[in-house]
Amino acid sequence: MSKQITAWLQAAPMAFVLLGFLVAPIIMIAIVSFWGATEYSIYPTFQLDNYEFLFSSPVTYTVFLNTFKYTAITWIITLLIGFSVAYFLAFEVRSLKWQIGLFLLCTIPFWTSNIIRMISWIPFLGRNGLANSALISMGVIDEPLEWLLFSDFSVILAFVHLYTLFMVVPIFNSMMRIDRSLIEAARDNGASGWQTLRHVIMPLCKPGVMIGTIFVTTLVMGDFITVRFMSGSQRANVGRLISNDISLLQYPSASATAVVLLCTVLIVIALLLRLVDIRKEL
Amino acid sequence: MEKRSRSFYILAVFFALFVLFLYGPVLTIGVLSFQGPQGGLTFPMNGVSLHWFRDLFQEQAVGDIWGSFRRSFALGMMVMVTTVVVSVLGGLAFRKRFKGSGLLFYMAIASLVIPSILVSLGVGLIFNQLGLPVHWASSGYGSQLTWTLPFGLLIMFAVFNRFDKSYEEAARDLGATSWQTIAHVVLPIIAPSLLGVALFGFTLSYDEFARTLLTSGSYNTLPLEIFGMTTNVTTPVIFALGTLTTFFSLCVIGLFFLAVWVSSRRKDKSSDAGKGMV
Repeated sequence: MSKQITAWLQAAPMAFVLLGFLVAPIIMIAIVSFWGATEYSIYPTFQLDNYEFLFSSPVTYTVFLNTFKYTAITWIITLLIGFSVAYFLAFEVRSLKWQIGLFLLCTIPFWTSNIIRMISWIPFLGRNGLANSALISMGVIDEPLEWLLFSDFSVILAFVHLYTLFMVVPIFNSMMRIDRSLIEAARDNGASGWQTLRHVIMPLCKPGVMIGTIFVTTLVMGDFITVRFMSGSQRANVGRLISNDISLLQYPSASATAVVLLCTVLIVIALLLRLVDIRKEL
Repeated sequence: MEKRSRSFYILAVFFALFVLFLYGPVLTIGVLSFQGPQGGLTFPMNGVSLHWFRDLFQEQAVGDIWGSFRRSFALGMMVMVTTVVVSVLGGLAFRKRFKGSGLLFYMAIASLVIPSILVSLGVGLIFNQLGLPVHWASSGYGSQLTWTLPFGLLIMFAVFNRFDKSYEEAARDLGATSWQTIAHVVLPIIAPSLLGVALFGFTLSYDEFARTLLTSGSYNTLPLEIFGMTTNVTTPVIFALGTLTTFFSLCVIGLFFLAVWVSSRRKDKSSDAGKGMV
């Protein structure tokens, strides 16, 4: 058997799954976005109504803007935290055993349930929650803060809580591959700690930062459940727009929004991918 | 040994706070799930009891927790086995050059970055239009694979990038067929990493929410059941459930680490092959 055919046979199951459950559904969404809907059913046709409605509604623009806002703020915070944590693990912790142990400590929550991790903020942030009672007993505030839960603050807090991991892992991976002699060389040439960080470590971490950025931005942009749950349904992003349409059985309109969301996400990624080749970094 | 710099201590404190931030909330609901029967969703503790855990094991007023747990467990196992097998095959394929490899790679990456609600919506629509019923074991299973397979494939890339090809050459020189080389040389060497792929496959499926939302049909998986509870349950029973399922996840993770540890120890002991080379 030729190598080519063996390779195809080995790749076939993955291609089959991805074609059937990724490519076909996306094509289906694109098709349905031109369909029409009654209150209880959808019917095939070709019309641009869904898109016309989407682009003429001021809600669309507000919601997209809000989505970008969540994405940008979450990105900056996760980047700062992720970089600092990865830096600590890679350069300040000296024994490999500790590095691996502490790294795993950071990654374990990734394998537990996001829903539960969201729910677990309620006793913290609620009106009578831990944060408010602590602040009151310390005399910082007189009345409970209302904006801790069900607000932009809690939404972003949850995003940071859920997704910082996706920054830590790739940045840590990049840092561990940095040849330590480069840092020694920088020091021998009289670079200060800050200069080494700025001119040696940061440029070499760029691929890790990019991969983390791709993960965080796409996860936040495509999210609907975190925003719904952590804002108590008081805030909206594009994902919620889609899921609201779905719950009203307005699949064509949901599909049109989904297509626009997909294009937005792909444009963002295309911009980011110009800056790094993922396959080389693994 | 060099003295610790000031930045070490600052960053160490920062790291500790980060870990507290990661684990603090979950620990809180762990404590709160032991509320007394009169206790509420926040502190103070109104006595300490196992009341809410007992509630979980009794006949439920609020949905089908154990049924959804069984479904999530079964689905997790199915996804885990499929992810390991398909990812290893995919990883092997990518070691050779083949036409369409670039396309398949981009499909896998796309699968990671495409918002999960799109997969859910699209798969739901297809099943709908084909007149097939959506079910967690068919449409739900396929949708979850689009999340676990790319992770599996990326891990396999990392594994094979570090794989020493001379082992295979040695096997071939000694007359092994390509199948024998894979079964007796390649697979045993990469076995510990396969445990990692399995861990991703199981836990990501067990916790998946968005991709199963529109594809699981009338029988809920556990995350869907829990999410349903958040809208109509206002007692600590939801914390008890959260604690229990998180504890279960931690046990699974612990089990995998144990397996990795055992398999690496056995490898160290079982043979002295290759020792002369180091």
